[in-house]
Order: sequence, then structure tokens, then C-alpha cells
Amino acid sequence: MKLALKELRRRPGRFATATVIITLIAILLMFLGSLLDGLIRSSTGAIRAQDADAIVYSSTAQASFPRSRIDVDVRAQVEGLPGVEETGGIGLVQLGARVPGNGPRDLANVALFGYQLAPNGVPEPPPAGQAYADDVLEADGVEVGMTILLGPARTPVEVIGFVSDTSFNGQGGLWTSEETWRATLIENRPDAQLADGVWQALVVRGDDDVASQIDAATSGATDSYTVTEAVNAIPGVEEQQGTFSQIIGVTIAVALVVIGLFFALLTVERLSLYGVLKALGAKSMTIFGGLMVQAVVVTLIASAVAAVLVVLLDLLIPPGSIPIFVSAGSILSSTALLLLAAAVGCSFSLRRVLKVDPASAIGTTS
Amino acid sequence: MNALELSDVRKIYTMGDGSDVVALDHASLTVADDEIVALVGPSGSGKTTLCSIAGGILSPTEGRIVVAGEDISDYGDKQLTAFRQQSIGFVFQSVNLVPFLNAKENLTVVDELGKRTGKVAQQRADQLLEELGLADRKKNLPSQLSGGQRQRVAIGRALMNDPKLVLFDEPTSALDTELGEQVMELIRMEMKRRGTSAIVVTHDERITQFCDRSVHIIDGHLAA
Repeated sequence: MKLALKELRRRPGRFATATVIITLIAILLMFLGSLLDGLIRSSTGAIRAQDADAIVYSSTAQASFPRSRIDVDVRAQVEGLPGVEETGGIGLVQLGARVPGNGPRDLANVALFGYQLAPNGVPEPPPAGQAYADDVLEADGVEVGMTILLGPARTPVEVIGFVSDTSFNGQGGLWTSEETWRATLIENRPDAQLADGVWQALVVRGDDDVASQIDAATSGATDSYTVTEAVNAIPGVEEQQGTFSQIIGVTIAVALVVIGLFFALLTVERLSLYGVLKALGAKSMTIFGGLMVQAVVVTLIASAVAAVLVVLLDLLIPPGSIPIFVSAGSILSSTALLLLAAAVGCSFSLRRVLKVDPASAIGTTS
Repeated sequence: MNALELSDVRKIYTMGDGSDVVALDHASLTVADDEIVALVGPSGSGKTTLCSIAGGILSPTEGRIVVAGEDISDYGDKQLTAFRQQSIGFVFQSVNLVPFLNAKENLTVVDELGKRTGKVAQQRADQLLEELGLADRKKNLPSQLSGGQRQRVAIGRALMNDPKLVLFDEPTSALDTELGEQVMELIRMEMKRRGTSAIVVTHDERITQFCDRSVHIIDGHLAA
């Protein structure tokens, strides 16, 4: 092991090519992971923020707010369940917002929610005509105290504070009272207006397993989800995750092949040295352990460099231009995946190391 | 106690076409304590095979091998690896030092491959380099040493584990006549000073004058 580390320290040039290639792969991997996190974050924040044990849509809605209707009777059935402690209506309307100071066609995309039960990180519903805005809207020029105009009807809403990580479908969350939401819906989407007391969905607090009881209690009129299930049920989320996971998987496979080939070549180059070391009493696993240490160290160095570069890249990208979210978690998980690829790739050389015959050191000139 | 006793050793290789090649045929050899034996023979005569069997690198097909009282005839790979670590010193034909380790580290690497003794190994390496006249070269990489100095480092490495027997595989083949003679003088001096036995494999008859006796090998048969 010491031998392997000394070689790395004294012959860095020998490992430079592999380190550069793995660094590029690590950058790609971390960037993809951060893009996926950013996309998912901007698509699901409003649901993830819900302090709920169940989110209830109507049965035909396929977890889509605009398609869902929960009327007063269904809500009463839900509230009548013994495991239910509290319910709150929630409704959405997605609109373009005119922001003072921006051009007439430079609209900010907002997802305006009317709510009764405050999500995590969002205060109780504000007075009519006011809203808490997601801080991603700052990139569009939205400021506290500013009145923005929503939709074709230019419904005015005053921003009275910012909240974090509450976007939905890539649109900045705007959190308002029931009254403001209904008024905005009527003015801008008259075809989608709802009768008084009817909500698009219900947020339910109660027993942990309440989601599984609700649909039976409403005789199939509802589709209930836990928050995690509701996040995954948002149209497009699973498709995004699936696509990115496949790209990340292919990138890991490329890393595995690169590391495998590099250390296989390195092993071939060193066969005579390994023969000598074995003749001197080195075990095959000692030699292979040294290779593994080198693969791990090279991967760690490449990952560290890539992490710094991805963080710098994130700082250089204008806020709000692309949905990227760089986190320690995604960098560490990318590093862990690369380390796994390094270990597997390096293990391709094990058979060759095992086959090195110490007798090859005797009677040969090289 | 003899350093090496080979009794009726045979080594047969089975070739790809199924035929057998007898590399060593009923070879018997005894190397006494403190004795330096030259093993002389042409290429393909079996001297490398004999050397490998004596050093625990190869197992014989038949026969008995006893090194300093330890019978290794039936040892498996793991036992042979441990045996080589503890009891045998090797000096290879092309020296084969680890290129990225300095002279001292090329000696202590033997300790790192086996049961580590740490400071003891460091002290022994310093002492060996001093005795081999390389005290001021211990930080030099092999590429910064002359051919003779590299050979001396290789001898030091072979002596690190205080072996019962040192096997020299054509130690002068890569050196000119004058340097070859200097190296052989050094080998003789160092072996005799430590009372360590050695087998020097060579095809060069001139080397034999530095050894206590010569054994010739032709077609796998030993002849005194």
C-alpha cells in the first residue's frame, strides 16, 4: 500500500491522463446530478413542502391539480375518518406574471397556490391581495413590496415576503389566501373556476397511514398519496428522473471502462516488477491492494477537482437561467458512484495480477 | 546445518501438445553453510529451474528440498510465499530495483511486503547500505546510480531478511568484465562476512573463481 502511494507521489505524470479523464467524467456526472436535482427541486418543491400525511386528489385527476375537484361532501367524508385530525384545501393556477421594470413580454412564470394549511417554511395564508413568493422569482426581478400583475387579466398581487424551495413544474411558487386564489382563477381561467367550498385537492394531517384509508372511505372518489408518492406522481417527474438516471448510469459505465482499461494497461506494463515483488515474497492481494489504492486515490483527486469546478460553474451560471442545484449530497453521491466504478474497473486487473508467476523474475533480463 | 539439500529432484513441464519436458532430472545438490556455489550451464540447461526450486518459487515434480533444515518439498503457494519472505534472498539478472523507490526504500520494501518491523528494518537498511559503501547514496533513485551501485543495492535488498540462502541469477551478465569482477568480489566478501550461503547461476566460467566450487548442469543433469 505504501509502495502504491509512493508511486502516485513520485510519478504523478503516469497517472495524469487517467486523472484528467476521470475528472472530466466526474464533472459530467456531478453536473448531471445537479441538473436533475435542480429540475426535480423546481418541479416538486410545493408538494415536498407540504406538512401532510396525505394529499388527496379526485380519482380521475392523475395527481394533476387542474384536473382535480374535491367537493364539500367528499371533504366531509375524509374529515369523518377517525385517523384524520385536520384537512386543508389547496388549489393552483399557473400564470405568467408581469413584473414592474421588466419588458411587456418578459413574463415571470408563477404557480399561484391558494391554501388553508401552511406548508413547511410558508407562513399562514396572507390577507387578500397579498402573497409570499418563492425566492427563485428574485431572478425575475420580484422584490418584497412589489405588486405583480398575474395572467391576461393582470390581477394584482403584492409580494410581502419570500419563501424557499416551493416551486412547482418549474414555476416559482406564489402562496396566497383562498380568496386571492379563487379571484385570480375566476379572472384569468374562468373555465376552471370552482364553486365555493370546492378545492382542487386536500392536504390531510392525521395518522401516518391515513392515506391508505381515505380512498376506501370516499368509495373510490379520491386518489390519496403520501407526500413522497405525490411528489413522484407529479406528471413528468418520474420521466425526468428516469432519463437522467439512464444518462448517469451510462456515464458511470464509461468511468468504469476507462478506469478498468487504464489499470489493466498499467498492470501489463508492470508485470515484470510484479514478478520480482512476488519472488521477494509479496502476496497477490498485496499487489492488487496497491492497485486498488491507486484507483481510489486517483478517483478521489479527480472528484475533488471536479467538485470545485462544478461549484465554480454553478456560481458562474446566472440564477434562474437553468434549473441547477449543486449540493454536497449530489457531489458525495457522484463521488461514491465513481469510487464504486473505480473498484469494479480496477478488479478487472485482479486475474492478471493473480496469474503473475514469481518464476518470471528469474532467468529474464527485463 | 547445510544451507541447501536437494535430493533426487525432478521437474517436468507438460507442454501445450501434451508432451513432457524434463527440465531437471534426479538432481541432488548440497550447499554447505557459508559456501558459495557456482551453478554453470548453457541456456536451457535447467539452471534457472534449479534456482527457482531452491528458492521456493517453483515446486518440484519429485524429490526433496530442505533449506537450512526446513523441508519445503510439499509447501503450497502461501507457504512458499512466506518462506521466500523470511528465508531467501534474490539478486535478479537485470537487478530489477523498483524504479520509483530510492536505494534505502528498495531495501525496506522487503520489510513492507512481509511482517513489518518498522524501525528495525530502517536500521538494518542503513547498516547494509553503509557496509555496501552506499551510505551517501541512500536517497538516490536507481536511475541516479551506476550499474555497480545498482547491483550493490540489489545485494543489500537480498540481505534485508537475513536469508539462509541467497540466489544470484546471472549477476554479472549486464556488466562489463571489470565491473563484473568487482561485483563478484563484493558478493564473495559480503557472503563470507555474514556467513551466508549462495548459489551463483552463470554461464560464464570466469565467475567460478570467486566461488568455493562449481557445479555444472547440462540438460537437467548435475555434474560436480
